[in-house]
Amino acid sequence: MFDQVFALTYLPMGRKAQVVKVETEGLIRNRLLDLGLVPSTIVEAIRKSPAGDPIAYKIRGAVIALRSEESRQIQVRAVD
Amino acid sequence: MKSQVTGLQEFLEGIEENKGDAVIALAGNPNTGKSTVFNSLTGLNQHTGNWPGKTVVFAKGTYRYKKKNITLVDLPGTYSLLANSTDEQVARDFICFGKPDATVVVVDATCLERNLNLALQVMEITPQTILCVNLIDEAKRKKMTIDFSKLADLLGVPVIPTVARDKVGLQDLKESIHRVVFEKKPLQPRRIVYNKVIESAIEKIQKEVEALLQGSLNSRWVALRLLDGDPTIIREIFNYLQRMDQGVRPSKTRALKVVEDYG
Repeated sequence: MFDQVFALTYLPMGRKAQVVKVETEGLIRNRLLDLGLVPSTIVEAIRKSPAGDPIAYKIRGAVIALRSEESRQIQVRAVD
Repeated sequence: MKSQVTGLQEFLEGIEENKGDAVIALAGNPNTGKSTVFNSLTGLNQHTGNWPGKTVVFAKGTYRYKKKNITLVDLPGTYSLLANSTDEQVARDFICFGKPDATVVVVDATCLERNLNLALQVMEITPQTILCVNLIDEAKRKKMTIDFSKLADLLGVPVIPTVARDKVGLQDLKESIHRVVFEKKPLQPRRIVYNKVIESAIEKIQKEVEALLQGSLNSRWVALRLLDGDPTIIREIFNYLQRMDQGVRPSKTRALKVVEDYG
């Protein structure tokens, strides 16, 4: 599990992961990078909305909700 | 599109009419206390309105310091100036084309690393930048220590710690703005160096861009935006040059052509 790279969508609640790669292009990529999702950033899954999407993540001191559309495109590695 | 362009122009003219001795832009991420800084500096001397042609609220206020009347423009809170939203576009257009005498970037001391992204983007456009590190009381509560002089050294711009809510540091902020604007001490903000591929591309086009802009905009920044290929900014640069070009200078017209080609 430790060295495996997977999409942020699959990070269990309460667990932390490190961003490996943001696999989008254009404005959405810019937006994600602006929100602090650059490689090596630690991201923690905090809570799920009732429908399971979006999911709230703690990213560099702020809580940010991402839709699975976006979190699917963020490759991470588990850290704890 | 048309209404957006005239919108910016109308707004700039509105500011020009009544600008006092200097115009200062206030930028910052959402929830950094930017509006608290604005309110504490201007008190009741302010008015809010809509950015013409867009549903973006802005506030304009004034204060007096050392016999100078300063106009402060509170820009929408944004994470970036790369224009993912109307708010960002408005903030960016004002900093680039509104030519404020200085831009104060308000950042949240408790999450500096997130906030410095915007500060670096502003510094890329204009050297006349001041960093206002707000909410230092909260940072202290969270047992964070910030080395402000080191930060100022690293960034190459003045760094002013504040607690705007309690009016702490605002005098220093006014003094710093005064110095940057009226004492014309040239600031040397840290330049972001990109990877080799990008730097050599910048080098290739910057000289040409420089010759064409003749100092009307920051050539390195324009070169970067051309490389970005973001159509909204290229259109704004085009419009800006067109406005500047009313005296019909052949070189500027050529600049328009180049910008158009890249766009």
